[in-house]
Amino acid sequence: MSLGTAIAQNLPALQVVLPLLAAPVCLLLGRGRAAWAWATLVAWLGLLISLALLLQVSDGSVLRYAFGGWAAPWGIEYVVDRLAAMVLLIVSLIGALVLSYARHSVDAEIDADRQPLFYTLLLLCLAGLLGIVITGDAFNLFVLLEVSSLSTYALISLGRNRRALTAAYQYLVMGTIGATFYIIGVGLLYMVTGTLNMADLAQRLPELAHLRTVKTAFAFISVGLALKLAMFPLHLWLPNAYTYAPSVVSAFLAATATKVALYAMIRMFYTVFGAPFSFGTMHVEWLILPLAAAAIFIASVVAVFQHDIKRMLAYSSVAQIGYMLLGLGMVNLTGLTASLLHLFNHALMKGALFLALGAVVYRIGSTNIERMGGIAREMPWTMAAFVVGGLSLIGVPLTVGFVSKWYLLLGAMENGWWPLVILILATSLIAVVYVWRVVEAAYFRARPAGSAPVSEAPLTLLVPIWLLALANVYLGIHTRPLIGLAGSAAADLLGVGP
Amino acid sequence: MTDWNAIGIVLALVIPLGAMGGIWLFHGRPEQRERVTLVAAGLLLLVVLSLLPSVLAGLRPEWVFAELFPGIAIAFRVEPLGMLFALVAALLWPINSVYSIGYMRGNNEPHQTRFYGYFALALFATMGIAFAANLVTLFVFYELLTLSTYPLVTHKGNDAARAAGRVYLGILITTSIGLLLPAILWVWSLTGTTDFTVGGLVGDKLQGPWLGLLLFLFMFGIGKAALMPIHRWLPAAMVAPTPVSALLHAVAVVKAGVFSVVKVIVYVFGVDSLHAVPAASWLLYVAGFTIIVASLIALRQDNLKRRLAYSTISQLSYVVLGAAILAPVSIIGAALHIVAHAFGKITLFFAAGSIYTAAHKTEISQLRGIGWRMPWTMTAFSIGALSMIGVPPAAGFISKWYMLLGAFETQQLFAVGVIVLSTVLNAAYFLPIIFTAFARPAEDDPAQHGEAPRPIVIALACTAGLTVLFFLFHQVPLDLAGQLVELPLSDDFQPNGSQPYVPPSNIPQALP
Amino acid sequence: MELLGQYNYWVVFFLMMTGFYVVIARGNLVAKIVGLNIFQTSVFLLYISMGKVSGGTAPIVADPGSLYSNPLPHVLILTAIVVGVATTALGLALVVRIKEAYGTVEEDEIYAQDDPPHGSAPALAQGSETATADSAGEARR
Repeated sequence: MSLGTAIAQNLPALQVVLPLLAAPVCLLLGRGRAAWAWATLVAWLGLLISLALLLQVSDGSVLRYAFGGWAAPWGIEYVVDRLAAMVLLIVSLIGALVLSYARHSVDAEIDADRQPLFYTLLLLCLAGLLGIVITGDAFNLFVLLEVSSLSTYALISLGRNRRALTAAYQYLVMGTIGATFYIIGVGLLYMVTGTLNMADLAQRLPELAHLRTVKTAFAFISVGLALKLAMFPLHLWLPNAYTYAPSVVSAFLAATATKVALYAMIRMFYTVFGAPFSFGTMHVEWLILPLAAAAIFIASVVAVFQHDIKRMLAYSSVAQIGYMLLGLGMVNLTGLTASLLHLFNHALMKGALFLALGAVVYRIGSTNIERMGGIAREMPWTMAAFVVGGLSLIGVPLTVGFVSKWYLLLGAMENGWWPLVILILATSLIAVVYVWRVVEAAYFRARPAGSAPVSEAPLTLLVPIWLLALANVYLGIHTRPLIGLAGSAAADLLGVGP
Repeated sequence: MTDWNAIGIVLALVIPLGAMGGIWLFHGRPEQRERVTLVAAGLLLLVVLSLLPSVLAGLRPEWVFAELFPGIAIAFRVEPLGMLFALVAALLWPINSVYSIGYMRGNNEPHQTRFYGYFALALFATMGIAFAANLVTLFVFYELLTLSTYPLVTHKGNDAARAAGRVYLGILITTSIGLLLPAILWVWSLTGTTDFTVGGLVGDKLQGPWLGLLLFLFMFGIGKAALMPIHRWLPAAMVAPTPVSALLHAVAVVKAGVFSVVKVIVYVFGVDSLHAVPAASWLLYVAGFTIIVASLIALRQDNLKRRLAYSTISQLSYVVLGAAILAPVSIIGAALHIVAHAFGKITLFFAAGSIYTAAHKTEISQLRGIGWRMPWTMTAFSIGALSMIGVPPAAGFISKWYMLLGAFETQQLFAVGVIVLSTVLNAAYFLPIIFTAFARPAEDDPAQHGEAPRPIVIALACTAGLTVLFFLFHQVPLDLAGQLVELPLSDDFQPNGSQPYVPPSNIPQALP
Repeated sequence: MELLGQYNYWVVFFLMMTGFYVVIARGNLVAKIVGLNIFQTSVFLLYISMGKVSGGTAPIVADPGSLYSNPLPHVLILTAIVVGVATTALGLALVVRIKEAYGTVEEDEIYAQDDPPHGSAPALAQGSETATADSAGEARR
């Protein structure tokens, strides 16, 4: 067997194993550029792998990979369907771009002797997130969840402000509770079914649906994952974590971590428990919908009053997660499509926004709105990218934000939920307000007195920022591929034809 | 995209956008920067004029930029009303650019690159609005116009300007996202399309009160039309430099509002379907109310630009009124009023800016005897004022005439009353200014001043000339407006037996 | 007697609630970690006791016919224990760093340092925030 075919056959494993094994190598490479170059190379390879996987499953086939040759349900199985491929793509895309961006930003924010550790952790986190998406085993999901979470806690604690430490600690406590809740639920499922393989679980659960154990397991898993994905009101860890983490980490987490947790929730609700149980028996949508609506409204309003732009974006993330949950709670094809679209699109927009903020931090060392006054005159390209990301966040047509909001509105109208339509429009208006605050400060105020003049961010920062910003626009105009992918993934989940 | 017309649409959009880039490129080199603006303005006018013959011939050039989802596209289509609007904007941009150069230099304004750059962007948005083929495209460019004019409104950069900018942005964005967007969604969910369609989209889909509600969402969602009580942004916007007030807040922005109103009434509701619904008749009364009340407020303003702003609010509602009368002739009047008011009001603003530049006076009470010091300016001002009142031989007479015809034809005595009363009011707030300027003795002004800089004088002479020329030669706009209501408005056209005013001239392209 | 027969679940339940309570109620960061450990341990017990087969031996298969307990939960829990240890180690490391940065491991004292309860104006707090951020960054280098 040639090397080529060996690689081709083991792509699903490589997607996770490559960054996992590459991570410790960063430590061996020591100080300097080598660790960064290695991590970036690995991340780009990961992107290639996920593209290859997407191509393989784009026709609707499902790729199953038995780990170590142990067939499911005994061994751990990796499963790639269209949904997984889509989420893998966005995670590895963000990973590759964020790592390409990282060098200067990390030089400025992390001590030189900690940098190899930093890249190790980032790769580990990437591996964990990719693993969550690709795995077909409920317990393996827990392990990978903890791989990503533990590295995340450490990454956050590397922030320059000492509050990063308390933020990381707070996240550690809440994250561990969430993960433990999840594992309790999985344990209960194992108790009644004797299997941990998701496909196997999905087969066995319907006939056991009446058991109180299954219902309890459902509750534990829902709450556990809700904690991880920062569902309102379990979002308290998120604002601090995003605010005080190093810029690169904020961008990476905001664009991927909560999305992957949401993916895990969608998997559990639709694939493992099945829509009839989750929504027909348990009626989880009646929990999700009010909370999502509250998240969208409250977090948007709170975002308006933040002085720190990173914090503002963090609250905005809580609101955006609300949009995704809203789509999930509509329990129709359009709503689920909107949810998946927004999962993808929000990664693009928040990635661009946080990376742009990272460039601002790189130059002026702060994301305080007062200190960002007039910055657009000195960093026009950075702030222009921020504006593009902001427009996408608002949901202006010709950006990806519009696509997902439009589908969300369609889903709400399909169900005849006019109050939700009004809510979505009203919160878009609030998004205008908080994005505008930044635009007004950056473009129409003078630089604060006594601030030293700065120059535009270096090209290595600008290129990834603009790649993401342009992706926001390009996919907002050429909407078909993404809508097609999300639509067919949603159709797969709901078990209706593509 | 093979035929010239589609390329023309693209060019009409690309030229202002390219001008913006060029202006930024020549940052810090005023000569080249201004040359870019002038060249772009001239080119845009040529391109828009080149589209005119085919539109007059009944063609509707189209260009689809991108289809986002089924039924939702960013697409452009040149129909008569859009042609008319684009023509007005493209015609006045070069004149306004000449004026801007004089004004900005004369007053040593800072940030001129930003000024010209966003000005070009605003023109881009205006072209987009004029040629929009559906509500979504209209909405996108409508918002872009709001945003691109914000830096112009807050040009001074002081607290007062920023506060005004906040009112400006707050009202326009809130109404458009809060009311207009739901209305668009509603239309889309009813019909599966938002394309402007001859005869209307929703006429057979909605009944009675619902139609009235949709009309409410549209009319107040289009905040740029400045129907009361959402008119506050317009006086607030007067903190801008005068060229901005002139082209944008007398022509592009406000006309984008009433243009959208007319377009929505004609192409989304359909005149006939609105006619049949009593619940939709409130619009007539709101428009009438706005006309009268805004005129009354204008009476009490001493600040010249503020008086002009309230006059604009009042005049905008003429257009809405003309559309709300729902008679074909009155809609023609509304379309013509978009043009007529544009020429007249830009002249008035030019004059106000000219006085500010030469004499640094902003209040009407300071203008005693200024007519003899600035004869060109005040003559042009007088012509503009006559047009506002509707006295021949100024442009305003034509449009008011058609609106009155429509009101009589449909027995809308309320509308007739409003037009007559407001004409009296217009006279009451404009004639004293002219009287003050010419008949009152001059103050002992220590600062001797003469006429404003030459570019300013040239520009306002041009627009004053246009105001008179429109009275004499308006066959082209009349034809376009006639196509809007699908009536062949030629010499032998006789709506309801009465002979409309048709000028003796039949020169097809009377406009310069 | 069914209630008593399921005593293992009662133990799990008791430990779980105890741990959870400690995490929530205690302000001491170390105590929270301890609570978290108790909480996790309860889950370990849940898995282990679930794998027990009545009368079965340890799952060391010498004689293929013998009855033995399900080994899979044990293996899973080995993994979970490793995760738990890692979490604890990381948590304690963070506590050490917090102690270095703040001089205390009491939650309310930490928050009092970052957000003075009253007195200073918001603008002042922002100024001091950046100052403390810089000094904390310096101190940790």
